Amino acid sequence: MRHLLLATAGLAVIGTAACGLAPAAFAASRFADDPYPSTYRPLPSEPVLLRNATVLTGIGQRLDGADVLMRDGTIAEIGSGLQAPAGVRVVDASGKWITPGIIDVHSHLGVYPSPGVRAHSDGNEMTAPVTANVWAEHSVWPQDPGFAAALAGGITTLQILPGSANLVGGRGVTLRNVPATSYQAMKFPGAPWGLKMACGENPKRVYGGKGTAPSTRMGNVAGYRAAFIDASEYLRKNGGGKPKAPPKRKWWQSADEGKGDSAGDAGGKRDLKLDTLAGAINGDILVHVHCYRADEMTTMIDLAKEFGFRIAAFHHGVEAYKVADRLAEEGICGALWADWWGFKMEAFDGIQENIALVDRPRNGCAIVHSDSGEGIQRLNQEAAKVIANARRAGIEIPPERAIAWLTSNAARSLGVADRTGSLEAGKLADVVVWNQDPFSVYAHAEQVYIDGARIYDRHDPSRQPRSDFMLGQPAAAPGGAL
Amino acid sequence: MLHAGLCATGLLGVAANVGAQDVLIRNATVHTAGPQGTLQGTDVLVQGGTIRAVGAGLAAPAGVTTVDAAGKPLTPALFGGITGIGLEEVSGEAPTVDNAVSLEDQPMRPEFDVTLAYNPASMLVPVARVEGLGFTLLAADTGKAFVAGQGGVVRLDGSADPIGPRALFVRLGAGASDLSGKSRAAQWMLLDQMVAEARGRVPADSPHALLTPAGRAVLARYLGGQGRIVVKVDRAADIRQLLRWAARERVRIAIAGGAEAWQLAPQLAQAQVPVFLDALGNLPGNFDQIGATLRNAALLQAAGVEVAFTQAGDASHNARKVRQLAGNAVANGLPWEAGLAGLTRVPAQALGVGDRLGTIAVGRSADLVLWSGDPLDVIHTAQQVWLGGRAMPMRSRQTELRDRYLRGTGEGGLPPAYSHGP
Repeated sequence: MRHLLLATAGLAVIGTAACGLAPAAFAASRFADDPYPSTYRPLPSEPVLLRNATVLTGIGQRLDGADVLMRDGTIAEIGSGLQAPAGVRVVDASGKWITPGIIDVHSHLGVYPSPGVRAHSDGNEMTAPVTANVWAEHSVWPQDPGFAAALAGGITTLQILPGSANLVGGRGVTLRNVPATSYQAMKFPGAPWGLKMACGENPKRVYGGKGTAPSTRMGNVAGYRAAFIDASEYLRKNGGGKPKAPPKRKWWQSADEGKGDSAGDAGGKRDLKLDTLAGAINGDILVHVHCYRADEMTTMIDLAKEFGFRIAAFHHGVEAYKVADRLAEEGICGALWADWWGFKMEAFDGIQENIALVDRPRNGCAIVHSDSGEGIQRLNQEAAKVIANARRAGIEIPPERAIAWLTSNAARSLGVADRTGSLEAGKLADVVVWNQDPFSVYAHAEQVYIDGARIYDRHDPSRQPRSDFMLGQPAAAPGGAL
Repeated sequence: MLHAGLCATGLLGVAANVGAQDVLIRNATVHTAGPQGTLQGTDVLVQGGTIRAVGAGLAAPAGVTTVDAAGKPLTPALFGGITGIGLEEVSGEAPTVDNAVSLEDQPMRPEFDVTLAYNPASMLVPVARVEGLGFTLLAADTGKAFVAGQGGVVRLDGSADPIGPRALFVRLGAGASDLSGKSRAAQWMLLDQMVAEARGRVPADSPHALLTPAGRAVLARYLGGQGRIVVKVDRAADIRQLLRWAARERVRIAIAGGAEAWQLAPQLAQAQVPVFLDALGNLPGNFDQIGATLRNAALLQAAGVEVAFTQAGDASHNARKVRQLAGNAVANGLPWEAGLAGLTRVPAQALGVGDRLGTIAVGRSADLVLWSGDPLDVIHTAQQVWLGGRAMPMRSRQTELRDRYLRGTGEGGLPPAYSHGP
């Protein structure tokens, strides 16, 4: 009991220190104002004590025979032999494993939903190579049945990104994986936006195919630079970088109080495209770059230095293992697949140990991502494949380390590590109860909690959401998940 | 069909024996995938590329290498699903992809045979093989025609030629709509016309002919019961029409995909139609898959349908993922033994090579895999693969890349390019 509490107390410190990417200040400049603010409210919850499980905290600890107490939407306490306060529902979790809620930093749910009909193809604004003005959230269809399927796989938070047709695809949005009729009701309160950029073959293929720039990789880089030159100029005319003393303002407060950046505006017309790029330079919008090849990743690192922005994560990064040390030095995460390769030339050098090798250096930040409506349902299995292949290569990765690839590291890259991604007192009660070691093909998420609310239960049909789209469909299987 | 298969596998036997090593694998948990089920603490003796004995405490004949399995699982080499291994190197680079024909003037070409393009030196072969995959069904994909052409079974041991009978690939449903007058009703109209041509009810010189003379002859062979027609189809209503068509024309079919196949499980069992399914498909990816469910495999198997596994997407490069499909099917109600059978015995039998492959039994080709643990669980990996009794090198271009960057900078600070592997 005592040593567990000590360990837990220590975790908070580790958690803070590990939070390399500080969450962006809330709307520090007008570039990050939100006219479509979150209306998310946690679903009803009761206090719950999960008892006697194997707990992976998400930040390196494994606690055997431990209890997790959730109250008022947050983690109240972790330890063994916890007292059950009055009114607390006690769940016997003997033999079960508990992890933080799983986070997917690369999803197109809602913007490329199921069914994948033309009318739903809302993920790529393929009309210009730089569309920093578009926001993925404005394409999200909350009725995508994929959200519920992901929930059954333990996904509690996910970033929806525009696709990769463009050099700059637009803003991504971080969502709570709760059933809702609007995306605003899913929007993670206070989470910064992501900016989706893309290297390599996709932009040059899409625009080269139309006979316009870019048609080469050098054209790609010229395109990024032109866009950020414009943004730098815009930033200069609009009051430079961040205000010296950014006003303290909660996410739900409006910006029109005369204190925002716009008060000092030089009078130029707002430009949605440049707002986003300027927000990225300011650090209020986190930059996520779709980039496969090692050489291109190093180009993008130099681009970021040239224009003064930071890259939160390279996504896909099939060759990240070749520059793992560099990524760690620069504090850039690698959001990667366990085994995808070969579908195009820039994916030719894929290896199954990529995530393990990015994880290896001191300060390495490896993330398992899906980019797939199937993969998001079983990120635990994707991580298991990495563990298995690393073991074959002589690298042993314990479950308490691997879970960070799906939780705390992912939260860090999204700028929400202060709220979720680990099981620590005070953090949001985003929790998954697994029926066994989650790094097995046979593991099922039995219960999923978001903000302490039991929003999925494998054994309780009343806790299994169903999209409007699936209602009344004649073809549902007995006992099917959707 | 049977004699064709035996003839072809006879040739294979000769090829596979070259370089065969004799080996006695001791003390394995032998999952035979056959009638014997699982045998604990059992030895398997391999000589001349063939399994000679299966039992406890076998004596090692002179000159036979012994491998101690230490109780680990030994299975038949796995079926990699329906793929384009050796037919595509880089999916996005057309000159490296050979699995579809797109001829505008006469699109229906059942005579098109992708096995002629098979490259046994493809780097996808060792990538799949080191994961325990020993054979795959090469598929003709739809290019401009929903009757896509033929494929066949290849063994991933470097041999150049397919084994067993050919399979004819047909795609039905929404995925073939653009290839069939934008209506699935037209798919049956066109198929019926092709059948009429193949059966000689349409004169060969008819201006309305859909098939070339060669195509007519090939289709006639399948209509005569030689080889299986593998139909990619998901929607239950389409499967119902397909079963009626197959019964009427007396052709042997298998279903690939089959997202809604569970709805017709008794009919599929009655008609003895095997289903190659993607057990991870549970989303309504399109309107043919509204009823997709993770319980598909379990429901089909419980009704008596033979279930094998294949992937809907990226089946070639990620063929190794087929194991994850089986594991998830088991996690969702399929008996474990049926999960293994769906990767071994079922596809081998469905594709006419079950007399050689897919089970561990005396007389079968020594295509074996020793695993670090449960072969259906992704947390385990293949430790050693034998094909035709030969211990396969457990290396691929991917392991070479891995080792180069695992080692890091070599002596003298030279770049990784100076590291050439073992």
